[in-house]
Amino acid sequence: MVALTSSPTLAQSYVDVGFVHVSWANLAVIGAMIMLFVLVLVLPFPGHHPRGDGTGL
Amino acid sequence: MTTVTPPEADPTRSDTGDPEDRDYPEGSWTAWLRDRITHLVPPGQALPDRQPSYVASWAYVLGVLTLASLVVVVVTGCVLAAGGTTWWHVASLGHFVNSMHLWSVELFFVFMVVHLWSAFWMAAWRGHRGLTWATGAIAFLGSIGTAFTGYLSQTNFDAQWIAGEAKDGLNSVGIGAFFNVLNPGQMLLWHVTLLPIVVGLLVVVHLVLVRRHGVVPPIGGPLDPDGPHRPATPVITEPSDQAPRSAP
Repeated sequence: MVALTSSPTLAQSYVDVGFVHVSWANLAVIGAMIMLFVLVLVLPFPGHHPRGDGTGL
Repeated sequence: MTTVTPPEADPTRSDTGDPEDRDYPEGSWTAWLRDRITHLVPPGQALPDRQPSYVASWAYVLGVLTLASLVVVVVTGCVLAAGGTTWWHVASLGHFVNSMHLWSVELFFVFMVVHLWSAFWMAAWRGHRGLTWATGAIAFLGSIGTAFTGYLSQTNFDAQWIAGEAKDGLNSVGIGAFFNVLNPGQMLLWHVTLLPIVVGLLVVVHLVLVRRHGVVPPIGGPLDPDGPHRPATPVITEPSDQAPRSAP
């Protein structure tokens, strides 16, 4: 009985869209990772001063 | 200042078989091994203090964040191993270290997956970096197995439930006979010995390859080995002014 109540399947609600079956918790983690990916692309890196001579150095 | 490899030479030159290229006595395997280790990465590139400007991006930080997380995973895992398989259930310190182990693994996977996305979308296998990409991808798969056996080694009802759910899937693909998820001793040993050794070696090879070939430049950038602005000669500078090298 303890095993059943500690089972992660009972405490979570799921998102069902077509063949996609994912818990809200996992969906939130995936969303956070996508947000992190976008942020690392758009956020400026502190203290960066490119030479501007076209060498990329 | 440290000797700079001539641009026309391969900075990671390997033994060409020509005795003239060899700078160690013939027949000495220790000297041969020393020479190979010494030339694994170009001079000054093992721990560089300068990087090209395009590395000044958060996208290039994800790899080292993954590595930092892995260090915490390994250290907390060693502490848990020293405490034994019941310590994290009965001692508050054990519980704390167990939580550190869990959450560093969570961060490890988050950073590793976003690092993988970043590497994929910049085609990080360009410039003879295919093996770097492959070792990273295989290390990712190995990490999944390591995390899975970790969940099976919790010695609680959650581990039992996961093992019960997983056994049918693994039996259906024919590996249940030698990888028995219902055997907690076997899963614990895989988790603390075999898989960490595999993942650790892959990570070391991955890092050596990154230092050997340099960080991949952005697509179409001035130092893109496949781009229209590829430099005529490899860019190698002294360690005090580290610049990227083009791929050998």
